[in-house]
Amino acid sequence: MTQANVTDAEPAGIATTNASIEAQLPQELAPADLVEVCRQMILVRTMDERIWMMNRQGKVPIAASCQGHEAAQLGSLLAAQKNGDCFLFPYYRDLALKMAAGLTPRQVMLSFMGKEGEPYSGARQFPLQGADLPRNIIQISNVVAAGLTQSVGYALACKMMGDDTVTLCYFGDGASSQGETHEAMNFAAIHKLPVVFICENNKYAISTPQASQMVVSDVAARAEGYGFPGFVIDGMDFMACYEATREGIQHARSVGPVLVEMKVERFMPHTTDDDDRRYRDRDALEEARQFDPVAVFPAQMVQQGVATQEQIDEFRSDAMRQVNDATDFADAAAPPDASTISDHLYVEGGA
Amino acid sequence: MPEMTLIEAVRSALHEEMERDQRVFVMGEDVGQRGGVFLATQGFIEDFGPERVMDTPLAEASIMGIALGAAFRGMRPIPEVQFSDFVWPSVNQLIGEAARVHYGTNGALRVPMTVRIPYGGGIRGGLFHSQNVESLFFHTPGLLVVTPSTPYEAKGLLKSAIRDDNPVIFLEHKKTYRLVRGEVPDEEYTLPIGPADIKRVGSDVTVVSYGLSMHYCLAAAASVADDGISAEVVDLRTLKPLDTETILQSVQKTGKLLVVHEDNISGGIGAEIAALAADEAFEYLDAPIARLCGPDVPTMPFAQTLEDAYMPSPEAIASEIRRLAAY
Repeated sequence: MTQANVTDAEPAGIATTNASIEAQLPQELAPADLVEVCRQMILVRTMDERIWMMNRQGKVPIAASCQGHEAAQLGSLLAAQKNGDCFLFPYYRDLALKMAAGLTPRQVMLSFMGKEGEPYSGARQFPLQGADLPRNIIQISNVVAAGLTQSVGYALACKMMGDDTVTLCYFGDGASSQGETHEAMNFAAIHKLPVVFICENNKYAISTPQASQMVVSDVAARAEGYGFPGFVIDGMDFMACYEATREGIQHARSVGPVLVEMKVERFMPHTTDDDDRRYRDRDALEEARQFDPVAVFPAQMVQQGVATQEQIDEFRSDAMRQVNDATDFADAAAPPDASTISDHLYVEGGA
Repeated sequence: MPEMTLIEAVRSALHEEMERDQRVFVMGEDVGQRGGVFLATQGFIEDFGPERVMDTPLAEASIMGIALGAAFRGMRPIPEVQFSDFVWPSVNQLIGEAARVHYGTNGALRVPMTVRIPYGGGIRGGLFHSQNVESLFFHTPGLLVVTPSTPYEAKGLLKSAIRDDNPVIFLEHKKTYRLVRGEVPDEEYTLPIGPADIKRVGSDVTVVSYGLSMHYCLAAAASVADDGISAEVVDLRTLKPLDTETILQSVQKTGKLLVVHEDNISGGIGAEIAALAADEAFEYLDAPIARLCGPDVPTMPFAQTLEDAYMPSPEAIASEIRRLAAY
C-alpha cells in the first residue's frame, strides 16, 4: 500500500512562545489565524449543542451533528482560504465548515429551524444544503457520493475555462462505497483535474462500522488504484488537517487529484433521529472524547502562548451570547410563505 | 431548402451551437474519435478538439454528474447517453439532482445542460437497446423533455435546448435518424420548446402523438381519409411542458381523442393527456378517450414477431381512428 503520511511536515505542537510557533507556521498563517480558529471551534460547538437541544424541544426537525469533525473541517477550510482560489463541495455533516466559511449564527439557526431567509435553499432542503455561492460552496444532495461526480465536473469546467481554482470535495466513509466515488476519482485521474478528495472517516455509515463497509483499513489506500496519491492523517489534529489540505491543494493545482483521509470521531448519533446506543460502545466513545479537538486545540494554543485563557473564556461567553441571540431570532422569524412553493422551479430564458 | 436526415439535422445543430458558444461541449461514450455510434458528432473532434468532444469511460452516472458539475461553473454541457437503455445508472443525477438544483438552491444555481438520448424501438434492439424512457422524465418537475419527429424540428429544438438554462432531456427516436428526411433551412433558426404542432388538420378525431409513432399516425390519417374520416394529428414535439392548450382546442373541435405512443401504456404520457381531456374537455367528448400504446411488458422483445406485436402500427392506429369516428 502506497501511503505517505503528510503529518511528517506538521509543525510540532511543543512550542512555548508565540514567536517560536510563528516561526514554525506556514508563511501564509499568522498566530492570529489560530486564535480565530479557537473562536470558531467554540462557536460551532456551542451552536451544534444548541441545535440538538432545539431538536429535543421540537423546533429543529432534523440535524446531523459535526461534533468530533471540527478539526478536519476547520483545518481544511482554513487551508482553502489561505491557498489561492478554492471551491468547496462539502457534505451533510459539515456544519463547522459551512458556518466558519462566513454564515452568521442567526443564518445558521434560521436554516435549522426552516425559516424565511434560510441561506442555502430558502428552507426547501435539509439545513445548510443547496448552495452558498458567495462563499464558494455547493452541496445539493443527501444521496451520498452524488456530490463527488459533480465536484469533479466543476473542476473539469475550471480547467476548461483556464481558471486556477482547486475544488475540495468532502465525503464520509459511507459514501466511499458508492460507485460514483469510484467513477469520480477515476475521471479526475484521467484528466488530472485539480481536486482534493477529503474523506472524513468517522468509521460509521449510520450504524454500520467500517469493518462491514470495507476490508482495507484506509480509504486512502484506494488512491493507488487510480494513480494518484492518498494520505491518511489524524483528523482530530487541526494542524495536521491544515497541513495535509494545504499540500493537497498545491498538488491538485500543479499535478492533479489527491485523496486525504482524515480519521475523525463522530461523538453524536448519525442524526437527531438516530439512537447510537444500539450499535456504539459507550466506553470507546468516552475514551475518544479525550481527543475532542474543541477541547484540545484551544488548550494547546493557550499552552503554547498563542492564545490566552482569558481569550478562550471570552470566546465561550461570547459564543453563548451569540447562540442565544440566534435562537431567539430564528424562533421568532417567519417561515417561508406557502405561496412560494413553485418559485424557482425553472429558469426563465437562456443564453 | 436542403433536405437531410434527422441525424444530419442533429449534427448540424450541435456543430452550429459549438461554433457559436465556447461553453458548449459534448461528452459521452464514443462521441470523440468515433463520432458517436450514430455519428451525431462525426468529424467534431477534428473541428473542436478532444477537450470539447470528450470520450468518457463507460460510466453513465459520472457522465451525468460531471456534466452537471460543469454546468454549475457556467459551462453548457451536452452529455450523450449512447442508448436510452443506458440512462438508468445516471438517473439519480438527472431526476434526483439536476431537476431540483435550481429549486433546491432557491434559484441560486442553474443547469444549462442538454442530455441527448437516442431512444425507442422498431430496430431489433431487444430489451436493452429499444426502450422508451420518457414517462419517468415527464413525471419529474424541473426537467424539460423534448421529442422531435422531423429534421426541421430536431435542429430547431436542439438549438433551443442548448441555449436554455434548464436541464433538457432531448429524446431522439433512433428509427427516425435515417428513416425520416425533411427540408431544413440554410439560415439560422430555432424553434421554441413547448408548443405542439398540428401536422395534419382534421375535424372528426384528434390523434396526439410524438416521435416515430407520430409518423405512423400521419400514415393512418391518410388511409382513413379514403373512408371520408378526417383525423387531426397533433405532434407534441415537447412533452414537458405539455402544450395543453393545443390538445384541448383540438379535442373541443373534434370531440374525440386518441393518444398514440410507443412507451408502455400504464402511467405513460397518454394517461396524463387522457386525464387532461377528462378534466377540461369533458363536455366536448363524444366518445371514450382512447390510448394506443405499447403493452405493459418491459419493452419490445428481440424476435421480429414479438417486436411487431409491441409497436403501434399505422394499421392499428387507423383501426382505432375508425372505431372512434363511428361514435
